[in-house]
Amino acid sequence: MRSSFQVLLILFFLGFSLKSLAQEKKLAPENDLCLKCHTHQTFTFHNTLTKHDDRRMMNPLYILDMDRLTSGVHAKFKCTDCHSADYAKYPHNAELKLEPLSTCLDCHGGDKKYAVYQFEKIDEEFQKSVHFQKSGESFTCSKCHNQHYYQAKSRNSSVVGDIVSFSNEMCMSCHSNNVKFQLISDTLKPALSQIHSWLPNQALHFKNVRCIECHTRVVDSLSVSHNILPKSKALNNCVECHSKNSMLKASLYKYKNLQIRSEGGKLTSIISNKSYVIGAYQNIALNYISIIIFLLALAGICIHLIIRIVKK
Amino acid sequence: MTAENKIYFYPIWLRIWHGINALGILILIFTGINMQYSNPKFELINFQFIVNLHNIAGILVTLNYLLFFTGNILTSNKRYYRLKLKGLIKRLNLQIGYYTSGLFKHEQPPFPLSEKRKFNPMQKVSYLIVMYFFVPGLIITGLGLLFPETIIENVYSVSGIFLTAIFHASLGFLVSIFLIVHLYVASIGKNPLNNFKSIINGYHDMDAH
Repeated sequence: MRSSFQVLLILFFLGFSLKSLAQEKKLAPENDLCLKCHTHQTFTFHNTLTKHDDRRMMNPLYILDMDRLTSGVHAKFKCTDCHSADYAKYPHNAELKLEPLSTCLDCHGGDKKYAVYQFEKIDEEFQKSVHFQKSGESFTCSKCHNQHYYQAKSRNSSVVGDIVSFSNEMCMSCHSNNVKFQLISDTLKPALSQIHSWLPNQALHFKNVRCIECHTRVVDSLSVSHNILPKSKALNNCVECHSKNSMLKASLYKYKNLQIRSEGGKLTSIISNKSYVIGAYQNIALNYISIIIFLLALAGICIHLIIRIVKK
Repeated sequence: MTAENKIYFYPIWLRIWHGINALGILILIFTGINMQYSNPKFELINFQFIVNLHNIAGILVTLNYLLFFTGNILTSNKRYYRLKLKGLIKRLNLQIGYYTSGLFKHEQPPFPLSEKRKFNPMQKVSYLIVMYFFVPGLIITGLGLLFPETIIENVYSVSGIFLTAIFHASLGFLVSIFLIVHLYVASIGKNPLNNFKSIINGYHDMDAH
């Protein structure tokens, strides 16, 4: 019994170390040196004045989460693909921070490989958005899309909950964080629960629906609309989602990986549906059965009534 | 029509309950159908108004159900709902035979109503099913949908809200069918309006079936 426990323990740690090896393998080996400091709470450097090795706390904003980095779309990138090559020199030159970073379109714009993502169209839509209107160029893609950790969740995940929480975290990173909110605004962030007080079952909606469902308008060719609307144009009409023609079918449930949910009618597709919007799914089979029962009841009553009148 | 031909069938509390229930369920069916087939492009009545009306009517019918339930516990009205299983099929067949044949031949009903028997076997079974299974089922699922955070998130891999909603809509549909048949059967009397008058004034005319 004891030995089998030991074997299990060894297997567990073996599995664990294999996982971390694989994880590290996914990242570019050139990044090892950077990550040596930028994944740790502390770093050591040689102080040329005191001639001693000093250990200091790392600025928490510069600590990367290895798990999220490995799952991100840019996992295989070298740090210097986006950051200046001069960062290879250590200690880093303070002036490097002033250099503008490459923007998303610098790489993704005009590249056929990324045509499917329609970066130009995204940019066009974004320029209409309240974010661009208020903040202009200083509102960069990275304000929402963290380049280190970004995942194409809405395209690839089939779990609605994951898509929703990943998407809403982008909004919440500023809209529930005053410090970050004030990077682009001089006011405090609006109290979300207060301005959404009209919304029934607020907590459930926040958990199961993306903010952008009501705060953007779907543009047919785009997966995710980037035209974030001003507050006055946000959707607050329940029936737009809670009906047979639910607009969620054109947004959250539009992706191929989720399309089966929006097709409705097929019991199997609804049965395997962990996320359900009241009113948006019409089970065609049940609808037909109910109409047949209703007509049979009416027919029975009519026949009975006629015989009653005739035999009176 | 003499006084002897009438029995005081429906005490005042029962008639109040029945009146509120009838009104509430009519509103629930109307608003329920409106929600089921809602369409943002073709909104006859404001959706939010329909939802609020459904919620209010639902709560009203729920409270009213408590009146029905306690009324039946506290008064002798409960005896009409006692079901003897022995010979039930035979009694049901007799009643079905009457509705589908005997009635047209102007035969006497097999289970004439009296002070001891307010419901014929078919009425008794259908009222029992509706009032002790369908309506409580609707109340429980309805309260669940009113407070969706109380619903189990996933039952195996199926959304709990989905199961609750489909159960609620199906039971609601069955109650609608019951209502149609109930209204029609109520018209089978000495004259079609007889039974409707009874449930308002409380007296059942014994000359009527």
